[in-house]
Amino acid sequence: MAATDIARQVGEGCRTLPLAGHVGFDSLPDQLVNKSVSQGFCFNIMCVGETGLGKSTLMDTLFNTKFEGEPATHTQPGVQLRSNTYDLQESHVGLKLTIVSTVGFGDQINKEDSYKPIVEFLDAQFEAYLQEELKIRRVLHTYHDSRIHVCLYFIAPTGHSLKSLDLMTMKKLDSKVNIIPIIAKSDAISKSELTKFKIKITSELVSNGVQIYQFPTDDESVAEINGTMNAHLPFAVVGSTEELKIGNKMMRARQYPWGTVQVENEAHCDFVKLREMLLRVNMEDLREQTHSRHYELYRRCKLEEMGFKDTDPDSKPFSLQETYEAKRNEFLGELQKKEEEMRQMFVQRVKEKEAELKEAEKELHEKFDRLKKLHQDEKKKLEDKKKSLDDEVNAFKQRKSAAELLQSQGSQAGGSQTLKRDKEKKNFF
Amino acid sequence: MSKGLPETRTDAAMSELVPEPRPKPAVPMKPVSINTNLLGYIGIDTIIEQMRKKTMKTGFDFNIMVVGQSGLGKSTLVNTLFKSQVSRKASSWNREEKIPKTVEIKAIGHVIEEGGVKMKLTVIDTPGFGDQINNENCWEPIEKYINEQYEKFLKEEVNIARKKRIPDTRVHCCLYFISPTGHSLRPLDLEFMKHLSKVVNIIPVIAKADTMTLEEKSEFKQRVRKELEVHGIEFYPQKEFDEDLEDKTENDKIRESMPFAVVGSDKEYQVNGKRVLGRKTPWGIIEVENLHHCEFALLRDFVIRTHLQDLKEVTHNIHYETYRAKRLNDNGGLPPVSVDTEGSHDSNP
Repeated sequence: MAATDIARQVGEGCRTLPLAGHVGFDSLPDQLVNKSVSQGFCFNIMCVGETGLGKSTLMDTLFNTKFEGEPATHTQPGVQLRSNTYDLQESHVGLKLTIVSTVGFGDQINKEDSYKPIVEFLDAQFEAYLQEELKIRRVLHTYHDSRIHVCLYFIAPTGHSLKSLDLMTMKKLDSKVNIIPIIAKSDAISKSELTKFKIKITSELVSNGVQIYQFPTDDESVAEINGTMNAHLPFAVVGSTEELKIGNKMMRARQYPWGTVQVENEAHCDFVKLREMLLRVNMEDLREQTHSRHYELYRRCKLEEMGFKDTDPDSKPFSLQETYEAKRNEFLGELQKKEEEMRQMFVQRVKEKEAELKEAEKELHEKFDRLKKLHQDEKKKLEDKKKSLDDEVNAFKQRKSAAELLQSQGSQAGGSQTLKRDKEKKNFF
Repeated sequence: MSKGLPETRTDAAMSELVPEPRPKPAVPMKPVSINTNLLGYIGIDTIIEQMRKKTMKTGFDFNIMVVGQSGLGKSTLVNTLFKSQVSRKASSWNREEKIPKTVEIKAIGHVIEEGGVKMKLTVIDTPGFGDQINNENCWEPIEKYINEQYEKFLKEEVNIARKKRIPDTRVHCCLYFISPTGHSLRPLDLEFMKHLSKVVNIIPVIAKADTMTLEEKSEFKQRVRKELEVHGIEFYPQKEFDEDLEDKTENDKIRESMPFAVVGSDKEYQVNGKRVLGRKTPWGIIEVENLHHCEFALLRDFVIRTHLQDLKEVTHNIHYETYRAKRLNDNGGLPPVSVDTEGSHDSNP
């Protein structure tokens, strides 16, 4: 793959020159390695699996040390990730190891969203690296790489097949991280069941299109061993931190009434194979795959999502300046648009409020008018009444005066009248 | 252009603060790392082997530029360094061949292999430098070329679909040839080095050092070093990039003996029964690789055997990053996803 890089460059017009003596640049790999050693390496492992499958114990066994941490309970409300960083030193090589463990995976009743926190975590690490890479002032060579290099997926030793939760989770994770499936607590399965189980698992993975990590077979020195190991996936492991005396050596083992399972015995479990593959042969390849495949994929998707393109619709490559200028103008345009919108909204609100107030004012006026009219009506009525009363009073007075007059006349005339009447009466007799 | 470059490199120390990733992950990372004792062999140190195998497969690029007036022995020296005919000497000078009117840049690439390590070596020659009557701004084409290489790399890096291994054409090392006048540096030398020491690693060498006696050599060197210091010119290995005490002491020793006074030759002669590269004169044979005669061996060991990788790294981590920062700043900054600008995420569709 990369040896052809040089060949390609040769084809581009360089010729190979013979050297007349020892120049000394064959120490170049050593120089490179020394630099890396002084900087230290970092490696990030994620363990995904149900509670109680022995994730922490396996990590302790793998790295020959007791990492701190308490076992999780089964009562977690959701899946969480617990991450710890350790500094390990062996001969003169320093390794910054980060172990991320899922807590509460598979414990809920509804497991539909179990994979989400894991995917979010992986994306967050990629995002952090992408942000650092896009900064103007960046320090990539001292940046602590937190991207997960390998995900050990712990499969419960049922002996039948994969659980649907496992399939779904692995399917979601296979494009974001290198997955190595492991059968945990494999001392619960007998040898014959184990082979059947492994075959079932691999066929299920293949039929569901889950891409697990394949050990690279392109380098001759490791091709053979990697090839055979690929056939042994998933590894059936047993972890133990207890040491027991077997024969005359102290070994890590688990003691049962019927016998002892030795962790480092290849006939008992695949732990040695896992350690070999993970640490001693392919650690560098895992890191490279994470960077060149998974991270690049994430970066590509993220940048495309943000609207970057490598070529414009006429498939002419954008120059850097053009792209950034275009982006910047777009951004400014958007800002302006937003500002306009906000201003419009403001004006609208003001108008509305004004209209409301006007309405209220009109109403008040109307009310006032109405009241006034009412008042006037009342007043008029009262005046009419008063007038009529006055009229009546006047009429009464008139009548009274007329009546009095009549009375006074009448009493005179009445007297005469009565006389007259009397006379008339008398005349009749 | 400010002299202070972004940051001095710090070691990935034992308990350094892990930067907070954004956006916040489900669980924040613990900032302090714990030292653990190991109870048995794990195999972590095999990563060295793995890394070495990987780098041997990918191969290396190295680009070296030689600058100096014509006739100072640039091509010969490069051929001697890499023990092969990487440069063609402009040995025959016809009257018809004009001196180039401006500084030309000629880059020739070769692939050399040694001990299973393949290296693509590119020698960039600059004929015409300092050869005109009026040499004003003759470093500009060179500066332009160096910046063009940075630009090319930046473009590749910013692509969405990136190549697995970006071809590296950036100039890793610039050998500047000083004329052995014995007095001091010429104004042209000072101007060139002042302008270019900030964009590329400059290693000054005193050319044709067989014209000076030992005392003249050491005096000249001291004067040159002093002049460079007075003018604030930092040649490689730069003091500000010394990582730790070990580096500092080692580099101090080297800095004390720079600029190296070299003699180049591609002819072999018989001396004391051995075949050595040398120059034959009536008064003796000057052996190129003899430390008593000249400092070629020091230069070769320095550039190739111990600091080759460091040259590349300083170019990549410091000079390239400076160029990139300046370039992106001039362009109005990065698109809104960067954390240095307003940090607004509202360009998400």
